[in-house]
Amino acid sequence: MSVSAVVFYILSVVILGAALVAVTSRKIFRSAIWLLFSLTGIAGLYFWLQMEFVAAVQIVVYVGGIVVLIIFSIFLTQQSGKDLPAPVRGRAFFSALAACAGFLLTCSMLTRYGFRPAENREGEVAGVGGNSGPVADVGNIGAQLLSTTEHGYVLPFEVISVLLLAAMIGCIVIAMKTKPDNK
Amino acid sequence: MSQVPLTHILIVSSALFFIGMYGLFTRRNLITMLMSVELILNSANINFVAFNRYLYPDRLDGVFFTLFIVAIAAAEAAVAIAIIINLYRNFKSIDVEAADEMKF
Repeated sequence: MSVSAVVFYILSVVILGAALVAVTSRKIFRSAIWLLFSLTGIAGLYFWLQMEFVAAVQIVVYVGGIVVLIIFSIFLTQQSGKDLPAPVRGRAFFSALAACAGFLLTCSMLTRYGFRPAENREGEVAGVGGNSGPVADVGNIGAQLLSTTEHGYVLPFEVISVLLLAAMIGCIVIAMKTKPDNK
Repeated sequence: MSQVPLTHILIVSSALFFIGMYGLFTRRNLITMLMSVELILNSANINFVAFNRYLYPDRLDGVFFTLFIVAIAAAEAAVAIAIIINLYRNFKSIDVEAADEMKF
């Protein structure tokens, strides 16, 4: 087993262990911190897959944005230090049963389906072999994201930006204090 | 990277998905349910990046889908937290079982 494989398995254990504690911990603040570790481990997995830009986006948006937002909302809405109520025993049991059954089903189908990596189908995939260099660098991503040619993604990009604007306005409208009735 | 088969990465991501699903089923607090949804979205992201890297290393479509999912997750988290804060103002609790009536 090479060093790269060992790094992958360590990352997997970190991701899954932190996620498991995050969904079972009784203290909500600890749960958020374990979620932070899990998301950082996923960023490490992207680094391991040599997708540096996606890893950077993962750290900036999830770790720097969403987890901080979650922690702030915990401070706004929870009494810190108070335990969450334990899940109902029967509900927890059947949820675990459903999750395990789904996981085993998915695993059996994944191991049975033979994925053919790109190295095994020469000719079908262009660019494998000599010039399979770091194609996922920021320059290529930006050029294709904003190109208007056949494989460009400029339309989804604009739609996403409109969606973000709409979500921002919606947040302000929802969280705005309603005026007291003027009597 | 090539020593680890694609199947192992997919098993990790499906395990993450079902951990998130378990959390979504057992938790009754809106913020922890939101955390479970983030785990589920991240497992989908791992799938996109892994398929892109292993099966089509000469293309970038998986990266774009991942970036769009991250953007949508950010928008979703922001809207969800606005709703949670509004709910807390009305019910003084963010337990889903406490929110049993819809205003307006």
